[in-house]
Amino acid sequence: MSAHSSQVPLLETRDLQRAFGHGDHAVRAVERVSFSIQPGEIVAIVGESGSGKTTLARLLLRLLDSTGGRILLRGEDVTDLRRSNDLKAYWRKVQGVFQDPFAAFNQFYTNRRVLENALKLLNHGLPRQEHTQRIEAALREVGLDPADTLDKWPHQLSGGQVQRVMIARALVIGPELLIADEPTSMLDASLRVTVLNLLLALRKQHNMGIIFITHDLGQAYYVSDRILVMYQGELVEQGPVEKVFAMPKHEYTQRLLADVPRLRGA
Amino acid sequence: MTVATSEHASFDSGSVFLTGLRKFFGIFGMINRRLLFSGCMLVLVVGFGVLGPIILGRDNPMKTVGGLYDPPSATLWLGSDNFGRDVFTQLMHGTRTSLIIGVIAGLEAILIGLLIGTMAGYLGGIVEEVLMAFTNVVITIPSIVILILLSIAISTRSIFAMGLIIGLTSWPWTARAVRAQTSSLRTREHVDIARLSGAGTLSLIIWEILPYMLSYVVMAFVLQLNTGILQEAALSMLGLGPSNTISLGQMLHWALLWESVRTGAWWGFVPPALFLTLIAFSLLLLQASVDEILNPRLRKR
Amino acid sequence: MIIKNVRAYYAAGSGPEVKAVDGVSLAIREGDVLGIAGESGCGKSTLAAVMSLTARPPLNVKGGEMSLNGKTFSLVEQAKFPRDWHGKMVALLPQRAMNSLNPTARVRDFVVDVVRAHDSTVRPRAAIEQARERLEQLSLPARVLESYPHQLSGGMRQRVVAVISTLLNPQVLIADEPTSALDVSSQKQLVLLLKLLLECRFITRIVYITHDLPMLSNIANFIIVMYAGKVAEIGTTQQIVNEPRHPYTHALITSTLDPDLRVREHQLEGIRGAPPDLRYPPTGCRFHPRCPRVMEICSREEPPIVGEEERYAACWWVFEQSKTAGGKEAQS
Repeated sequence: MSAHSSQVPLLETRDLQRAFGHGDHAVRAVERVSFSIQPGEIVAIVGESGSGKTTLARLLLRLLDSTGGRILLRGEDVTDLRRSNDLKAYWRKVQGVFQDPFAAFNQFYTNRRVLENALKLLNHGLPRQEHTQRIEAALREVGLDPADTLDKWPHQLSGGQVQRVMIARALVIGPELLIADEPTSMLDASLRVTVLNLLLALRKQHNMGIIFITHDLGQAYYVSDRILVMYQGELVEQGPVEKVFAMPKHEYTQRLLADVPRLRGA
Repeated sequence: MTVATSEHASFDSGSVFLTGLRKFFGIFGMINRRLLFSGCMLVLVVGFGVLGPIILGRDNPMKTVGGLYDPPSATLWLGSDNFGRDVFTQLMHGTRTSLIIGVIAGLEAILIGLLIGTMAGYLGGIVEEVLMAFTNVVITIPSIVILILLSIAISTRSIFAMGLIIGLTSWPWTARAVRAQTSSLRTREHVDIARLSGAGTLSLIIWEILPYMLSYVVMAFVLQLNTGILQEAALSMLGLGPSNTISLGQMLHWALLWESVRTGAWWGFVPPALFLTLIAFSLLLLQASVDEILNPRLRKR
Repeated sequence: MIIKNVRAYYAAGSGPEVKAVDGVSLAIREGDVLGIAGESGCGKSTLAAVMSLTARPPLNVKGGEMSLNGKTFSLVEQAKFPRDWHGKMVALLPQRAMNSLNPTARVRDFVVDVVRAHDSTVRPRAAIEQARERLEQLSLPARVLESYPHQLSGGMRQRVVAVISTLLNPQVLIADEPTSALDVSSQKQLVLLLKLLLECRFITRIVYITHDLPMLSNIANFIIVMYAGKVAEIGTTQQIVNEPRHPYTHALITSTLDPDLRVREHQLEGIRGAPPDLRYPPTGCRFHPRCPRVMEICSREEPPIVGEEERYAACWWVFEQSKTAGGKEAQS
């Protein structure tokens, strides 16, 4: 990915911070995190539970305000976006997929609604027919049959299928950056692979940048170009996948790597 | 925790709410005697107050038809009151008035409670602190004092005004419970997803948060209805009831004032007191049994 | 410990029953760790509930028996098992164990409850002393007894529950996805703890249930691969991992992601489709709609069992393969 390094990064953070609470009791969930991602790059953020990964995802999605540092999208400072229209413009370019596919659905509505709501964000007055076409195309791209999916309730689908609908939702919007917060950790191993393959396909088809957050180094290794290791709110190591795996510098990365169960022993 | 791990995810992932609904409509198969009993009682009471006067053609409860405390007879089924008015007719109209005031007060309390609770719970920060401080102030002032002052301030008190006045003091508990539920619901992932689709605050509250509180709102309304009816009775007994009409509380007010207890004219005070107790009891029972159906944790304890 | 022909169905309202476990038999020798692998919805947790004698309606055990230490019982009427079997003979360590601790009580209160539930003559102090000793033997800090659950990390809580639920030295510990909610480091520590419990002979057998094959290969000697309520393949861990026979086992193995250079060289395939609705299981071999090796016969007839008691696969394709292999041998 060295070809990209001269360009303006797709997304960049500088000393990004988030503390909860005040004074001595403040919990520093994210502490001085600086990294960048290029268009079409897949970056994995790896860390154990409580390392601040999810807080970082919410900061990057602008669902949570930071308490310090900056976020830049294509060089433009988006840290202080507050107005609804500005945020909508941001979310047209940056979208998310979350950990628990069932919790990400409002159980009172069918799949159709979540997809149509996503289209509202685009706000360009497409005729209704094109709405449907766009939604159906997105569903087909994630490997689901629109006729068999649209009018179903989330609990009528399997976990893997629901997670695909969530990815289709992001596809409908067509962002430049997808932030996937542990999208596979609640899925079976057999389904994980299909979701990971889907992320790889998105990058190939749409040149989408993807931030893939996980606690599983095996998955990070499979999909990503670069790995950032997060420990207690800080980035303790970052680099190309091969390098991090071959020569983990930080003690924590070494431990993570050693603790991953391997099919045929260590 | 459901996808990868629960073996029965495919057949028990239906939400608590849907299970609740299924149970609710499967009520005829499921014997919940308490629900059946309280439901029947309420249907009877409402029918008595709303349809009774129409069926029996007794449309004027203020008409003098007998003397001072005439005992029950074939024409005056429950005797007459201190002004010689028919107690049975008054009981029907009084029940209706009390129910209407209760519904108005209950709806108002729920609406204010939902508005303040969801705003505070969703927006958080300073808004939450200010709104909750205000709520706590309203809770600490004895509501009967506010009610008395308000009632005195308004010279002609219509049924509608009475309902509004009562609702104005009974919302804080709802607001507090709603705030607590909202602040836990707003951290759910589906709310984040809706935000990422550009949904505004109002639309989030209405479409993403309120549906999850539906069962709670129904139950809170039943409780607020009960509170409203009892508050009306308290005010009316003090002589601050609605003008130019009769309510259960006003019946008690006149019975006390004209010494029906001392003179042994039981028909003056027993029927309204009995009806108030009955309504309150049925509403509380209804609330408890609906809660049991919607809330699986309470089932089969 | 031997379990024979277990059938356990969920009653599902008015529709047909969900045949979550349909004719499963297995045996565990002393000192062994038996792994049960498979996707969600293949009956693993149901089997765990039946084996740990905790099956309650709507889950109904329709058949099967269990032999342990020379005694044989029918599994059908779970409630009729001797009361002291729970915890003393079989103990269950569920995935959510770490959240099962009462948040307002100290861990030591939980110890007292567990021990006294089996023998009410034990004095509370003695129970706590026993737990302290056990924790020290396993090199866990004894001070956790004085803690409230929220003061411990999720991984530590899970380990503490594992220790306490084996205080009475049960014959069999049934661990149902005990690590799925933990991160890798806590997973490893729990697995080490379970191995240590076995080494110290506090427990004599473990049944370890998970969808995570790499995890399983690190703890189990024997592995049973389950699909849609039935056994697909049985073998030692080495055999399952290195010479899988059943196409389902094969698919499970190829969808694991070791952090290994080879992983990135080719695209993995995963398994297409999803496990079937067990109210209406597919005819013939239940895996045939998803199977890459599907043959015409698979949808018609139940697959034959190919192999011997401790090493077999139930599959038509394996059957054909063994026939041709056998034929070739005969020719040469």
